[in-house]
Amino acid sequence: MERRFHSRTAQLTRQLKNMVNKLLEVNGVTLRYAGEHGIVTATENVSFSVGEGERLVLLGPSGCGKSSLLKAIGGYLEPAEGEIRLRGRAVREPGPDRMMVFQEFDQLLPWKTVRGNVIFPLLASGRATGELAQRKAEQAISKVRLTAFADAYPHMLSGGMKQRVAIARGMAMEPDILLMDEPFAALDAMTRTAMQDELLQLWQDTKFTVIFVTHSIQEAIRVGSRILLLSPHPGRIKTEVDSDGHDHLQANGLRLSEDIHASLFASPAMAEET
Amino acid sequence: MSMDRTSATNRLRPWQQPVLRKLGLLLLIGAIWEFYGRALDNDLLFPTLLQTLHSLYEAVVSGVLPQRAGNSLGVLLQGYVLGTAGALLLAALAATTRIGADLLDMLTAVFNPLPAIALLPLALMWFGLGNSSLVFVLVHSVMWPMALNTHSGFRSVSPTLRMVGHNVGLRGVRYTAAILIPAAFPSILAGLKIGWAFAWRTLIAAELVFGVSSGSGGLGWFIYERKNQLDIGAVFAGLLTVILIGLVVEGILFRWVENRTVRRWGMQSH
Repeated sequence: MERRFHSRTAQLTRQLKNMVNKLLEVNGVTLRYAGEHGIVTATENVSFSVGEGERLVLLGPSGCGKSSLLKAIGGYLEPAEGEIRLRGRAVREPGPDRMMVFQEFDQLLPWKTVRGNVIFPLLASGRATGELAQRKAEQAISKVRLTAFADAYPHMLSGGMKQRVAIARGMAMEPDILLMDEPFAALDAMTRTAMQDELLQLWQDTKFTVIFVTHSIQEAIRVGSRILLLSPHPGRIKTEVDSDGHDHLQANGLRLSEDIHASLFASPAMAEET
Repeated sequence: MSMDRTSATNRLRPWQQPVLRKLGLLLLIGAIWEFYGRALDNDLLFPTLLQTLHSLYEAVVSGVLPQRAGNSLGVLLQGYVLGTAGALLLAALAATTRIGADLLDMLTAVFNPLPAIALLPLALMWFGLGNSSLVFVLVHSVMWPMALNTHSGFRSVSPTLRMVGHNVGLRGVRYTAAILIPAAFPSILAGLKIGWAFAWRTLIAAELVFGVSSGSGGLGWFIYERKNQLDIGAVFAGLLTVILIGLVVEGILFRWVENRTVRRWGMQSH
């Protein structure tokens, strides 16, 4: 009887500890949606967790369900099985504690200026009003170095600038977690690299928590502190690697990128994409 | 038209400027009108341009025409605002519920082919001779094209923008007001323009059928009245006023709104 009691306490303590340490918990999540040819399973039984201040990258080829996973965390997609918890509370719908940055340039409201776009979530969610909202927006805009363009409308900006506005909009909200869905995929190579550096610089300043979805191995290594490799059809977690931002030579004589490449290619479904 | 080559300069030539070209055409047509009128010499059938302008001047100075135009615009505004509000409501309902979408589909399919003016006899029976009958007809002329445009505007709002709206916690009415309406504004503005065009034409037609009980009536009634008095110059003056008001609203008012909204936002598709 006493032993059982003890083990129960230990279990509770462990759960409590998990809840404290882990900002986000994804437990056995299976995602399904209705596609053109019946039900599609996007991910199957995926579990992972994200700690405070982590930069987690979901990496995988198209069809591995990484975007669907991010949308589920965002609250746009309800898991068929399993659950997603943020700070211990189950995610049921979209909310301003999980700000999304999308790949599409049209994520900015074209009828609002840069300042208007950044301040809009603050006001709409009631997180800040008046002077405070103004100040938070100004700060976020200056962090992405767009102060000179604060009064410009989105259609006057380049693609890279639009994505910086979207990042500023997310950061101004100081969300629990920033969800980035291939935010740099539509940019040219040079802008893309510059944006990756800028994102890391921003992270150095505030150490926000971010989940970053990409299909580029190089980008994953640069941006992430931890990388989850997903295999397609249906999406499952293959393995997990840590990254310090550099493509180091590994103990097995391969570079990290080569290692990741090999690991992804071990799956037969990937072979057809060569 | 063969133009004199010696007048060619480096500057834009007169006939290369659309405004001057159109002004020239207008003058030409005016001159033909004037000469034909004089040749015909029949005030009852076809007054000359100068006679028409004189009648217009007199009707404006005496205050009759501005008052009639004011009456028309007042009634129009009532119908326009009511129709627009109804259209927005229907479209918002259609955007959020499936039964609302079916309802809108059905209602627009039924009422769109029906000229609003055809409802005037019914309206007169239900509401009597008065402004309410006109407003009823106007609401019909505005609501269906407007609802159709607004609905298609709502439907074409990009999934990304919708997700952005939900992301910041907007739902229901606030979501519609903060995301759907501005994002669909190009379509809504197109609907407002079409609604205006329908309403203006419908109103003048309706006013031709009956005068308003207050005894003053609108522009259409003015035209009808003057025809009965065989004051054909004033009939022409009334027609000119209908045209001028239409031009001002379409060319100046709506252009102004367009410049301040969709053009500034870069949302103009053409």
